[in-house]
Amino acid sequence: MKLSVNGVMHDVDVEDDMPLLWVLRDELKLDGPKYGCGVAACGACTVHVDGVAVRSCQTLVGDIDGPVTTIEGLGNPSEMHAVQAAWLKHQVAQCGYCQGGQMMQAADLLANNTAPTDEDIDDAMSGNLCRCGTYPRIRAAVKTAAQSLQEG
Amino acid sequence: MGRIGTIARRTFLVGSAAILGGVAFGYYKYKQPVDNPLDDDLAQGEAALTPYVLINADGVTLITPRADKGQGAYSVQAALIAEELDIELDQINVDPGPPSAAYWNTAIAGEGVPFPSTDRGAVAEGMRGFMGAVVKLMGMQITGGSTTVPDGFEKLRAAGAVARETLKAAAADMSGLAVTQLKTERGAVVLPDGKRIPYQALAAKAAEIAPVTDVTLRPSTQWRLVGKPMQRVDMVAKSTGTQSYGIDMRMDGMVHAAVRVNPRKGGEMISFDASEVETMRGVQKVIPVTGGVGVIADNTWRAFQAVDAIEVEWDSAPYPAEQDQHWQVLADTIDTGDADATPRDDGDLDGADATVEVEYRAPYLAHAPLEPMNATVLVTDSRVDVWTGNQIPRMTQASVAKMTGMDADDVHVHILMMGGSFGHRLEDEVVKRATELAMAMKGTPVKLTYKREEDTLQDFTRPIAMMRGRGAVADGKVTAMEIKVASPSVMDSQMVERQGFPVPGPDTTITQALWDQPYAIPNYRVTGYRAPQLGPVSSWRSVGASQNGFFHENFLNALIHEAGADPVEERLRLMTDDPSRKTLEAVAEMSGWGGDLAANKARGVAFCLSFGTPCAQIIEITNGEDGIKLDKVWVAAEVGKVVDPVNFENLVAGGVIWGLGHAINSQITYADGMAEQENFFDFEGLRNNQAPEIFVRGMENRDYVTGVGEPPVPPAAPALAEAIFRATGERPTQMPFGESFDFA
Repeated sequence: MKLSVNGVMHDVDVEDDMPLLWVLRDELKLDGPKYGCGVAACGACTVHVDGVAVRSCQTLVGDIDGPVTTIEGLGNPSEMHAVQAAWLKHQVAQCGYCQGGQMMQAADLLANNTAPTDEDIDDAMSGNLCRCGTYPRIRAAVKTAAQSLQEG
Repeated sequence: MGRIGTIARRTFLVGSAAILGGVAFGYYKYKQPVDNPLDDDLAQGEAALTPYVLINADGVTLITPRADKGQGAYSVQAALIAEELDIELDQINVDPGPPSAAYWNTAIAGEGVPFPSTDRGAVAEGMRGFMGAVVKLMGMQITGGSTTVPDGFEKLRAAGAVARETLKAAAADMSGLAVTQLKTERGAVVLPDGKRIPYQALAAKAAEIAPVTDVTLRPSTQWRLVGKPMQRVDMVAKSTGTQSYGIDMRMDGMVHAAVRVNPRKGGEMISFDASEVETMRGVQKVIPVTGGVGVIADNTWRAFQAVDAIEVEWDSAPYPAEQDQHWQVLADTIDTGDADATPRDDGDLDGADATVEVEYRAPYLAHAPLEPMNATVLVTDSRVDVWTGNQIPRMTQASVAKMTGMDADDVHVHILMMGGSFGHRLEDEVVKRATELAMAMKGTPVKLTYKREEDTLQDFTRPIAMMRGRGAVADGKVTAMEIKVASPSVMDSQMVERQGFPVPGPDTTITQALWDQPYAIPNYRVTGYRAPQLGPVSSWRSVGASQNGFFHENFLNALIHEAGADPVEERLRLMTDDPSRKTLEAVAEMSGWGGDLAANKARGVAFCLSFGTPCAQIIEITNGEDGIKLDKVWVAAEVGKVVDPVNFENLVAGGVIWGLGHAINSQITYADGMAEQENFFDFEGLRNNQAPEIFVRGMENRDYVTGVGEPPVPPAAPALAEAIFRATGERPTQMPFGESFDFA
């Protein structure tokens, strides 16, 4: 089947019911999306399908009918997305394993809400688990990213 | 590399060992140098100046042997070396190095000695030194016990200084100038005319000359890096999704594996039927492993699907099947058992009339780092390679050598970045299972990834613990406090049973952070009871202090309430250690303790000295219609020196959230011999919507340095318990509090 990931069209030969996460990781060798739970309970695997944040571990590849963006497609070390730049500025990460998913979720939030309140952030981000407990910095970084996106 | 170079480096190490140790105990073997593990792989033109600095054509690599689980260990170790080496963090590579006895951890022995960590007298220091010597002899390259900074604070700076001075000597030789005319900055020796000789250009020369071992560490007033905000070396990668972890390991020809091992931990597999599995797409092989069965496939998900489709009959557990039975064992141990140790016995408890009697409980807890356990192993006829995230590389090397029949020198353990640990990666069962699979797949690299459910079900948890307290108050003061605590032994389960590593004497983790608190209560006794082994247990972030901090401080708050005293004032009155007192004064000042609060708000305070670090916390909550909401936490921790204030604040806040999240939401319980929880929907800690605002202050009132990875955890639960008591009139007696109270 055809799958567009980060602007590149791929032809993948997998079962329809394989979760997108494992197509990305094991077939396309994109390691940004992480496996944490397999049941959409942690958010480490979050990617965008058609611009909307989804848990790729519970999204079957056969059900996808839009382009996929992973954290690698959001930005990279030499050209960071505003969310990534804010994450760096606040040094949010500890182990960092959840942060790709956190950033993809935050980017989705900010695409729909240019000035999120604490409550908006809680609502949008509480499906993304961080076992290291970096939540105070996640909140701060989301606000910084919102500001820099507004300022263009 | 020439013979002369080798001898020079050996000689050098004799000198440097004396500097690195910095502590002479008249103990011959202690002073013997260990082989420099980097010598074996050096090519011409490389110099391994110490086991911590490697310079070659690729640049300057700083060896950071304490593993990075997310706590920023690589960065802080690199900063300590770079401080004296005169190089910047954006100019270096970091590498955890090979498993080696050269990377022994002296500080980890500190928690095992029978002296409170605030006692820096000659006897206590001598005993710590002795334990350090024991650790060195056994070559324990362990990351744990909040020891990375205390262990490396002088050792790593000394390594940087020795390397710097030797490079200057090499530059003096090459240029014909006197060493005193040379300076160093940004990875180069600078000549008087401004010409720069990069360290790489000096590597070959430095390997040939006699090393300079007579160095003096710079005073703190000259520090460029230590104490100032840093950007962690891993931060760009972790902010862009480009950081690679153990689970991201890839090799040509690598296959993917999954296992299912008896969830009744330690029980046998009676039989399995994989007839439906071997024809599933991508499945290559079904392989029995210790206590279970594994599948080799061409993709992780296909391996997961296949291993779940195997029909297995499991034997019973080698411990009681039901949770109630576990609690009964603890109660029986206190009632009828012999004490494992009574490390504190002040005054007269037997004559004191108890006015307050309590019983508290702390549950089993899983570690559940977000990156599940994984290991990649390649077995060939001549060597074994292991790639994994792991805190005990030397022990893992020994285990794999034993399993494969190889010499330990032929087992190469490569430590990769970890997506959290919290103590989980102090265990290496996943490496053992991966090795079993790889032995059946000789010549093919096998990556074993645990499903989250397997990770949780197979976890060696924090032990359950039960505490019984009797106490008395008089004239508004706490006058008597007796604590009896029972739990299964972490040391027996983790070190003795699984690593074959004898730990003589009492298990000090059972009474950790109970007996050594800096309070002068006139009648004060702590007794530990070592319960029989139940479910297998291990070290969980802050180890014994994680449950005992709750027990001690919740009980002390109950007694202070009984006395009618203020919980900050009464602690300050009882405290015998000035730096500890200052942490409590700091959080009282930061929070405006004693001020008016709105009717539905309440505050609680707690303190715990663990891993040598005093930590005080005050929490403010709102008791609203939706339940209890955590609003704010103020926290102060005394560490002697905050190496990187940015990372410090993050680690402390994370520790508080770790402590609160599990205190409210989490437990592992057994039914039918198996953990009843298996994924993040039933074991999750704290999420963003429950996380409070956190205000952190690092304290520097001592002349020695201690760690901060674990000490913020223990005070969180009892501070919250006190706030809940003040808000509701009901004192929590067992975790998780969410079983008894509603949280927003």
